[in-house]
Amino acid sequence: MSDDSSMLLDGLPVAFADGQTIMEAAMAAGIFIPHLCHHPDFKPQGSCKLCTVKANGRYVSACTLPAKDGMEVENNSPDLNDKRRTMLQMLFVEGNHFCPSCEKSGNCMLQALAYELEMLSPHFPEFYPDRPVDASHPEVLLEFNRCILCELCVRASRDVDGKNIFALSGRGITKHLIVNAESGRLADTDFSLADQAAHVCPVGVILEKRHGFAVPIGSRRYDVEPIGMQVERPATAGTPGTRDEQA
Amino acid sequence: MDAGRIEALLLPILDARRRDPGELVQILREAQEALGYLPAAALTLIARAVGVPRARVEGVAGFYSFLHLAPVGRYRVLFSDNITDRMLGSGDLLDRLCNKLWIERGKLSEDGLVSVDTTSCTGMCDQGPALLVNGRAMTRMSAERIDRLCELIRAQVPLAEWPSEYFVVTDNVRRRDAVLATESPAGEALRAAIARGPEAMLAEMKVSNLRGRGGAGFTTYIKWESARRATCRHAPPARYVVCNADEGEPGTFKDRVLLTSHADLVFDGMSVAGVTIGAEKGLLYLRGEYAYLLPALQENLERRRRNGLLGPALCGRADLAFDIDIHLGAGAYVCGEETALLESLEGKRGVPRIRPPFPVHAGYRGQPTVVNNVETLCKAALIAVRGGAWFAGLGTKQSTGTKLLSISGDVESPGIYEYPFGVAVSQVLNDCGAGNAQAVQVSGPSGSCLAMHEFSRRIAFEDVPTAGAFMVFGAHRDMFEVARNFAHFFAHESCGFCTPCRVGTSLVANCMDKIANGRGSQYDISEIFKIHRLLHAASHCGLGQTACNPLFDTLNKFRPAYERRLRSLDFAPAFDLDQALASARQMTGRDDPAAHFGFAARGVGGES
Repeated sequence: MSDDSSMLLDGLPVAFADGQTIMEAAMAAGIFIPHLCHHPDFKPQGSCKLCTVKANGRYVSACTLPAKDGMEVENNSPDLNDKRRTMLQMLFVEGNHFCPSCEKSGNCMLQALAYELEMLSPHFPEFYPDRPVDASHPEVLLEFNRCILCELCVRASRDVDGKNIFALSGRGITKHLIVNAESGRLADTDFSLADQAAHVCPVGVILEKRHGFAVPIGSRRYDVEPIGMQVERPATAGTPGTRDEQA
Repeated sequence: MDAGRIEALLLPILDARRRDPGELVQILREAQEALGYLPAAALTLIARAVGVPRARVEGVAGFYSFLHLAPVGRYRVLFSDNITDRMLGSGDLLDRLCNKLWIERGKLSEDGLVSVDTTSCTGMCDQGPALLVNGRAMTRMSAERIDRLCELIRAQVPLAEWPSEYFVVTDNVRRRDAVLATESPAGEALRAAIARGPEAMLAEMKVSNLRGRGGAGFTTYIKWESARRATCRHAPPARYVVCNADEGEPGTFKDRVLLTSHADLVFDGMSVAGVTIGAEKGLLYLRGEYAYLLPALQENLERRRRNGLLGPALCGRADLAFDIDIHLGAGAYVCGEETALLESLEGKRGVPRIRPPFPVHAGYRGQPTVVNNVETLCKAALIAVRGGAWFAGLGTKQSTGTKLLSISGDVESPGIYEYPFGVAVSQVLNDCGAGNAQAVQVSGPSGSCLAMHEFSRRIAFEDVPTAGAFMVFGAHRDMFEVARNFAHFFAHESCGFCTPCRVGTSLVANCMDKIANGRGSQYDISEIFKIHRLLHAASHCGLGQTACNPLFDTLNKFRPAYERRLRSLDFAPAFDLDQALASARQMTGRDDPAAHFGFAARGVGGES
């Protein structure tokens, strides 16, 4: 394929390199496609489905489908945003999310997308799952109630840290994040705050202990500028996970 | 159980499986057989032995319904929960057994002896109600059999000493056509394919226009040709043939019959595929519910090896080799999806892969792989013997050949019926003795529900496509309950990978329960339609995309079954204050009016 391959994204020509996904091409062009499980520094996963777009009339995941020359992609449309809003509502009722008391409020992608897509209520009946927190580790607290099963920590720990601290177990609505220890406790693993996996959570599951509200709510990343205006670039300029430090 | 004992029991299993992480699902199955369940220490030991992180082993064990991380009782009874089992009275039988054993459904008895619960369709719909005891299939359950079962469990009689007639599974073949009427001796098809040579065999497959019998209807020839031409992704080069015998679609049981009475045809089909695409290894993925077939199938493979029909120097040809392994599933419908099946074969959680790449390019262990349904392979075997033109002469132009239907429900003669494609639904209904049918669910919950005015339609890819299930519902059946059963099936079987299916299937099941409890409104019906549209558009695989089909169909065709349950045509909340007090009442042992709220408090209603 030649270098001048391009697709039409909401009518705008977007150039892409051979092998790039729709998401990668859009990000490189500074165009925002809503996403939660995608992170430019990790292998695409395609599970949250927030990045669902219509490519040549078919619903596909932008983060996993390679762009094709001449492809017509619909992204920012009422139909797609409506579906995305419904999936956000599903994620909200599936876990236990109380934004006002969450340390990640203002830095949380789930919350930021809910604002971006004008989600006004959780809409569906809450599941209220029972997910005890794991406070065993000296440096880090695991607040499973907020887990959206994006597997970014799984991928970071496996692919960057080489530790495999996290995995998923169960299936369907009972699917949940687990920790690599017979006791099931984070303290019984070699997890450390220096791990990449400690800094990739897009919501408020993996939290540094004794370190909170350093930046006041109202001045945080997505308080300052909506998520749709902040397109992440791959980590050519910095190290993976600069997302946190930018806050 | 102490660590030393666990180790002593597990080491032979691990060694027999060469401590291969790719065999993890098989290792976990066998470990559970030895230990009763999978204690935390066993997972740690297995993880260390196969060199996989412990959390990943736990993740795999936690995925499959038949693998247990907590004790489950020396006798584990699982009632098949397909709608056809329910129509035959399985609900009452389950209650009867629980009452007699003094246990609660889904909970282990205090002495650790027995647990009773439900499981997804076990593929015995023509001889239900069915159940599994410690994984062993039992059919034709009745009140008398349940009572006897209860006595056997109480007396702790080993399963091997139970009356053998309880475990009899019959074929019930009612109509034979090209496949079932053909007597093809073992190896005939393989020899024919070898004599033709791969290119000529591919040409016959092309002429036959055989399409996949597992539901999707993809042209088999294209799969075979692509896998044959695909470049192997890594060394050593290898190609694979996988037979999908994970027959999990509720209401389907034709593959069970083929594997029981036509196993050689299945193995011939796999071998024909093998020599045609250049594979030396075949894998049969057998659903866990059919584990009872394993000894006979293994024996058959041994016989084929002795007769030169498997192994090196295939059929006396030094340049050809092909062998077959059997893998057992462990209770996961989604593994019928071909890429989820490959993940499971590789010892992982059965989560469908991102496509492309497709299995024909990167399948089992990343190599070119053909995944075919049991019935498809049987047909390929016959094509090898009788030629593609013969096959193309049967059925319709776009749907050549015949189709095996698994017929159950309100019919006089449930069982297997083989028809040339193009047969009208009304003729099938007539043949199986469905006198007063109001609806037929074709191709299982993920297929389509036909109402009476559609009975003139035909079974074919171009009209009503099917993987084989054909469940008939008489005029007296409540189509809402049919749809509710299917909604719970999908919620139970969703792998949980993608958001819409993971959450949506559970939301829909809860919505159906709300309507069933008399608390539904028009609002809930709109919600079902909305979730249906989302799942159809955004789900990762076919399970999610089709999960709401039965609700969509029944809402469109049997709307009164829903509407007569609605409390209001506007909105009613799911939350019931009196019901919310139920757990407090249970804990305090109270049921007096003061422990109730609303109508119930005034003595109008009671605890439901």
